[in-house]
Amino acid sequence: MKSKLNLNPELIDSARSAAMHIAEDTQEFIDKHTTVTVERTVARLIGVDGVDEIGTPFPNVLIDNIKEGGGLSRGAAFWIGNAMISTGKTPQKIAESVSAGETNITKIPIADENKIINTVYAAARKSVEKIKNNRAKRDEYLNTIGEGKKPYLYVIVATGNVYEDVVQAQAAAKQGADIIAVIRTTAQSLLDYVPYGATTEGFGGTFATQENFRIMRKALDEVGEEVGRYIRLCNYCSGLCMPEIAAMGALERLDVMLNDALYGILFRDINMQRTLIDQYFSRIINGFAGIIINTGEDNYLTTSDAVEEAHTVLASQFINEQFALKAGLPEEQMGLGHAFEMDPMLENGFLLELAQAQMAREIFPNAMLKYMPPTKFMTGNIFRGHLQDAVFNLVSIWTHQGIQLLGMPTEAIHTPHLQDRMLSIENAKYIFNNAKNIGDEVEFKKDGIIQKRAQEVLEKAENLLKDIEKEGIFSTIEQGKFGGVKRSYTGGKGLEGVIGKYEKYFNPFVDLMLGGDR
Amino acid sequence: MEGIQKVDLTKVKPYGDTLNDGMVQMSFTLPVPYGDEANEAAKQLSAKMGFEHPAVVYSKDLGIGYTFFVMYGKCTHTVDYTTIKVPKVDMEVMDMDQVENFIKGKIKRDVVVVGGCTGTDAHTVGIDAIMNMKGYNHHFGLERYKGIVALNMGSQVPNEELAAKAIEMKADAILVSQIVTQKDVHIPNLTQLVEILEAEGIRDKVVLVCGGPRISHELAQELGYDAGFTTGSYADDVATFIVEEMVRRNLV
Repeated sequence: MKSKLNLNPELIDSARSAAMHIAEDTQEFIDKHTTVTVERTVARLIGVDGVDEIGTPFPNVLIDNIKEGGGLSRGAAFWIGNAMISTGKTPQKIAESVSAGETNITKIPIADENKIINTVYAAARKSVEKIKNNRAKRDEYLNTIGEGKKPYLYVIVATGNVYEDVVQAQAAAKQGADIIAVIRTTAQSLLDYVPYGATTEGFGGTFATQENFRIMRKALDEVGEEVGRYIRLCNYCSGLCMPEIAAMGALERLDVMLNDALYGILFRDINMQRTLIDQYFSRIINGFAGIIINTGEDNYLTTSDAVEEAHTVLASQFINEQFALKAGLPEEQMGLGHAFEMDPMLENGFLLELAQAQMAREIFPNAMLKYMPPTKFMTGNIFRGHLQDAVFNLVSIWTHQGIQLLGMPTEAIHTPHLQDRMLSIENAKYIFNNAKNIGDEVEFKKDGIIQKRAQEVLEKAENLLKDIEKEGIFSTIEQGKFGGVKRSYTGGKGLEGVIGKYEKYFNPFVDLMLGGDR
Repeated sequence: MEGIQKVDLTKVKPYGDTLNDGMVQMSFTLPVPYGDEANEAAKQLSAKMGFEHPAVVYSKDLGIGYTFFVMYGKCTHTVDYTTIKVPKVDMEVMDMDQVENFIKGKIKRDVVVVGGCTGTDAHTVGIDAIMNMKGYNHHFGLERYKGIVALNMGSQVPNEELAAKAIEMKADAILVSQIVTQKDVHIPNLTQLVEILEAEGIRDKVVLVCGGPRISHELAQELGYDAGFTTGSYADDVATFIVEEMVRRNLV
């Protein structure tokens, strides 16, 4: 593709190579560690589910037992496999027996190591097979009923009640939405466990539970068949349970997951070591399950200025791309994030937004770019807000974005009402159709405002990435270079759940999912 | 042609293009299928709301047996504007320079301000607009003020931690931002902070301020805060209130 922005390919290569070194450097750290949620994910994928009488999930009960026995550095798979051989029970029954106080899993006599590995891999292959079947099912839907045109129209539902969410989601699909995201209840990201069962109470959103995933998946398949378009389901693979949510999503055929490498650190004050380890396994699962991840660069611009800090968005996109490649995610599943968040009163602000969006498109040509709507400068004036969203939609169709998170005129007032979603979908469809090929027709003036702006942002991003390459990612975050938020290496939530790996540690799912068996 | 009518402030009603025409535009959804009956239902409902000549100018099928309406109607009610009293922070707002001079002249030491989004609230846009260096809409944030030491603790700060930090830093003012107000989740959360500060014996020693799109000064005072700020407030407003309140209550 010829660059419309006259971007220097050497600068792009240099930035990408710096990001690669940053990711490699960080990966060395990641490879030496595991976390409680990574191990709970192994337990879940191997078949442990459900909760005890006080609502504690069995995966937590089991992993806590291993942790208390000092065995977590060996990996949960080892202990579960050993217990399966010794007791002849399923992983679920073992967890229940641990919960009942009948079994102390690290005290069971150790069987032959090869036998343990074989037993665990045999069990692991079954869930891997199930996830593969889910992929096949999605492909079958895409090949038979088809899908909407890009940019996919992405809307959120957030009633707190999964059954009410179903009504709203089905309505949105009928109005033209392609992706339905069920916003999580506020603060779920800080829970170090995943709630269980269908839920009807939440604040600003609905609990992410496996049962809720199942209910919504079924509803979207139904409405998808009715409208003749596969409707994708999105949830939030972030917080203290990133890989567990990924596993649940893979098992219930979610299609899109918010899954940023740095978001939890910066915006939820989750410990940086914990998040970087967790994001790795969660992305391996998402990659294998064919789930499109969405990264969270757009959030930087809610705390920083979108004009001054644009280069941090680009730098983070480069880093997210490299982390995603490490986890086996193909480019087509990378929903790299950015946002339309400049002050609408800025002279020529539209040109700068256009430059930024076109730049992301050119630098990440195969990525499923996720474009976020204006939120920071939405005022409650729903009429102007609707216009801001229209301008945002115009930039998107112009620059071939992949996923369009629709702005709502009532942003900053309340979670969307039924008609807000309809008005937003109508707005996007009108503009996407009316200006469909504008990007193929219009080129930019050489050395004009748009070209110059994109070149400047790229140059600054490349400089920043080279700095980070020298400093390392941990120290960069400590200095507050992303989103203007400073976090310390040992601060934040969840550090107690980080464990160094013993040399014989193993996690069968990393092998099976990264191993090319797709 | 008659002369222009004068507004009767004791009987105010909406203005469309003629005084006292009462014109109101509204939009809403009814859980009934699209069609003539739906339009009639919307009109009857508007009549019950006190609108004369309700007119459905647009309606649309929302796809699940629900219908969206855009309507106009003439409001039959009036209000007496002359008797209205709204509690609000009563002050002349100073700009950054004036606040800095005020601190220099009347407080003569650094003013310490601690703030955050408390409870489960993860939306920092409000507290960031007030506290962060950059501020919002060309109004610098408190971090920028000479003479103010500002700490923004960010999102989802437990009330206990905010109070502990305020004690540790000997804060003169505490700022609480609440954006998520679905199902009134902010009310018990705001109340709890007041209770903690009272239990710690420092409620009288700090200026306590809350803010957010659904927060009014009246609500803030009801809950035991010194002031409440809503959409459209900037760091200047909050800073002015803090420094004047400190002097008024002799907290300098």
